[in-house]
Amino acid sequence: MASAACPPAQEQRIALGDALVRLGKEYPQLVVLSPDVSLSTRAIKFKAAYPERFICTGISEQNTLGMAAGLSTTGWLPLVAGYAMFVAGKAWEPLRNSVAYSGLNVKIVATHAGINVGPDGVTHQAIEDIALMRAIPGMTVLAPTDANQVEPVLRAALEHNGPVYVRLERAAIPALTDPGSPFAVGDSLTLRDGTDATVFGLGGMVAAALEAAEQLAAEGIRARVVSMVSIKPLDEAVVVRAARQTGAIVVAEDHNRCGGLGSAIAETLARLAPVPMEQVALPDVFAESGPAHALYVKYQLTTEHIARAVHTAITRRIQAGRDVP
Amino acid sequence: VTRAASAAATGYATLAERARRMRRHIIRMTSHAGSGHPGPSFSPVEILASLYFAELSLDPQHPDWPERDRFVLSKGHAAPALYAALHEAGFFCEETMLTLRQVGSLLQGHPHVKTPGVDATTGSLGLGLSQAVGMALGVTMRHSRSRVYALIGDGECDEGQIWEAALAAAHFRLGNLVVFVDHNGYQFDGPVEEVMRLAPLADKWRAFGWRVEEIDGHDFEQILGFLERARHSADQPSLAVASTVKGYGVSFMAGSQEYHARSLTSEETQRALIELEGPAQAPAKTGDGG
Repeated sequence: MASAACPPAQEQRIALGDALVRLGKEYPQLVVLSPDVSLSTRAIKFKAAYPERFICTGISEQNTLGMAAGLSTTGWLPLVAGYAMFVAGKAWEPLRNSVAYSGLNVKIVATHAGINVGPDGVTHQAIEDIALMRAIPGMTVLAPTDANQVEPVLRAALEHNGPVYVRLERAAIPALTDPGSPFAVGDSLTLRDGTDATVFGLGGMVAAALEAAEQLAAEGIRARVVSMVSIKPLDEAVVVRAARQTGAIVVAEDHNRCGGLGSAIAETLARLAPVPMEQVALPDVFAESGPAHALYVKYQLTTEHIARAVHTAITRRIQAGRDVP
Repeated sequence: VTRAASAAATGYATLAERARRMRRHIIRMTSHAGSGHPGPSFSPVEILASLYFAELSLDPQHPDWPERDRFVLSKGHAAPALYAALHEAGFFCEETMLTLRQVGSLLQGHPHVKTPGVDATTGSLGLGLSQAVGMALGVTMRHSRSRVYALIGDGECDEGQIWEAALAAAHFRLGNLVVFVDHNGYQFDGPVEEVMRLAPLADKWRAFGWRVEEIDGHDFEQILGFLERARHSADQPSLAVASTVKGYGVSFMAGSQEYHARSLTSEETQRALIELEGPAQAPAKTGDGG
């Protein structure tokens, strides 16, 4: 989806493998559990560097989360790296009951989130994982903007005492952040300022939102673009400010429209600053197999859909008679 | 009679006294709470008494002592039995014990790690054994001599995660992991063999790579013998299929499915406590030290 103007695209999982090797040195108590997907998640790099701290758990996500819980009570810092569909979906209950309810210091890095997984099809396209994760009390839910932000986000996850879910996507994402830019749990990242509307994006959709903002600028619409790296806890201050300053909100995410970032932001808006909000998200349907870009076109997750949603949100704001300074 | 046999007999008598007191605690706790699982809490009492008073290396003054042995009650609905053992071992006082299932209590309906002495949060069946496997692997990777014990239910063996954990424990050669199956033969909906056939249960565990014994789960000699032999297993997890009786220890509860998930009425409570009165139970009517 990257246009010619976009910076080079990188896969987040490549960054994951490299980051784990560096973090393994800094955190001697870090152990990585892999439910038979280390080649794909690139956790294999950690295995090569620290074989004694790498645990292949076979195709058993539930047991993997349970083992991570047990390991965390014996002085280790367990990180489970697996596919979002299975670590968030299949292993949801052990994660909820064995890890989160106990407040254990376990990190879950979920790769292959969203329909950008593409050809593998619906069984591998996690479009509910954010909803599942953010509904658990005490969970921290993070989604890096690009490959460069994977390591800072992982570092913040390791520094945070308690369960953290880090959501990564399969498709390559244009590099939008500088490697090594600091990140703390709860941070958002404003990448473009604007006063007419605000697009809150997640992961790879942030790049699309920036492209949309560029197109809108040609029409005289100044759209703010914010990457909501921290889905939970949410940067409520930046949401409220966007509502008050721009009065029209769009949330773009590769996730079902139920329960994801859109829902999180809507909850904040409804409580603190109600303004028109549009969603660019899976329209509560299962997708299908296909190249990621073709799926984004069919299931309405493109730059054009974001631009259209911005128009709609602004129109609704005007119809409601709201003026924005 | 050899001196060793005599010492053993004294030890069994001491454990039997612990078990009797634990059953009184269980009745008083669940009756006071007005809910809970007294029947399934009774079947593993001899196993828990053996673990807490003859096997586990613990420090009630320092419940989080890193070198302690761990115990995971995977069949978390037997929480009252665990709390009874922890109270007897000195992890919390009687006043605390009687707050079971009340708002603000340290003692949740099913075990949670916030309770002193509780090593794993359990209650959703099938989830405990995996945590025990993680602990056993974790202490092994630290070159610690800590050992990890778990108790699972027979009905709980319906859960797929149990068998994922069974594979992993054998695969990682966890000789420091010791598991009891509380084989009381009943689950919520009926006899385990009718609800979901488990037999031959011991063979299934053997096939998964475990060192397996079949014992009487109310016989201290057999329980302690199994624990002793498990200590000599270098790289194989050990498991006892322990035949037990639900409600064991009180005549009208033994073998009855009635008390799986309800507490006793006040009349039943009195009858049970009278049956469980020990030789030195004179002050029982004044509130009971039990």
